[in-house]
Amino acid sequence: MPLTLSMENFVNWISNPWPWYVAGPIIGLMVPLHLVMLNRTFGISSSFRHVCAAVVPNRLDFLQYDWKAESWNLVFAGGILLGAFIAAQYLSIDEPIALSAAAVERMNGFGITDLSGQHPVQLFSWSLIGSWKTLLFVIFGGFLVGFGTRYAGGCTSGHAIMGLSHFQLPSFVAVLGFFTGGLIMSWILLPLLFT
Amino acid sequence: MKNILALILGTLFGIILVKAEVLSWFRIQEMFAFQSFHMYGIIGSAVVIGALSVWIIRSSGIRSIEGNVIQIKDKAPNYKSAYLGGTVFGLGWAMTGACPGPLYALIGSGTTIMVLAVAAGIVGVYVYAALRDRLPH
Repeated sequence: MPLTLSMENFVNWISNPWPWYVAGPIIGLMVPLHLVMLNRTFGISSSFRHVCAAVVPNRLDFLQYDWKAESWNLVFAGGILLGAFIAAQYLSIDEPIALSAAAVERMNGFGITDLSGQHPVQLFSWSLIGSWKTLLFVIFGGFLVGFGTRYAGGCTSGHAIMGLSHFQLPSFVAVLGFFTGGLIMSWILLPLLFT
Repeated sequence: MKNILALILGTLFGIILVKAEVLSWFRIQEMFAFQSFHMYGIIGSAVVIGALSVWIIRSSGIRSIEGNVIQIKDKAPNYKSAYLGGTVFGLGWAMTGACPGPLYALIGSGTTIMVLAVAAGIVGVYVYAALRDRLPH
């Protein structure tokens, strides 16, 4: 069969999930793109701090700084929202994620049987806003993300990708922390919450 | 100009987070349970490309597009806060299934309930700011 380069083939290729060896290197390119285009280091969680400094009236030292000088970071966050919208609306096929068999079995063990979409609708839906589990996962989980990233001084992008890319020892320690917390939640707390 | 470039980079990043399923709760659970190579491959290859890029930028003396010397600030050497804060973040990452970038991407891709997670995250920053002097760093 001749390989035809057509718009249809291209759209078809784009619409399927991208393998790690395509996505990972593009994410890695965020590092030089930030440095060369913006002269800033790559990182996202600081945007929470900028919003906090901008909208919450306070006298706390940590929130008294010129957040407007870093407003590009908020625009970057807005771009993520836009890009995700474009990808979900126009560049995706509506198929469940190809999870490993072991992961599917584990999800079913948690009582999560609907594996359609990117996030489990049985946990993250407006219609479940009255459920303690949904409130816990969304609100307490979000709180921990905001608190923890500021305490650690970065998230997966700022520490794990940017920090490790220029061999920062604090970033290596932070990544050990990310996995300490993640493994405690995954192996100890989630099984308790889902029983 | 900076804002236009930031918007372009953000859009590209948002597309990748969806297309590579990095924003998926399922993928994050799979990662922490060591049931797939997917997320490790993504983060690992991103770091390799990032490190190569930093090396090239430093050894070539490339300047930013505005013509300035590129500054790569070192992270503050606060190891206690890196570990303890990292652990708190890790707990939240495994609960929400998302770090900050994917939280924004989830809102954009239709899991709009995550606006509450972002709002709670901003409250989390405020609480950290209020307690900062009393926490070990």
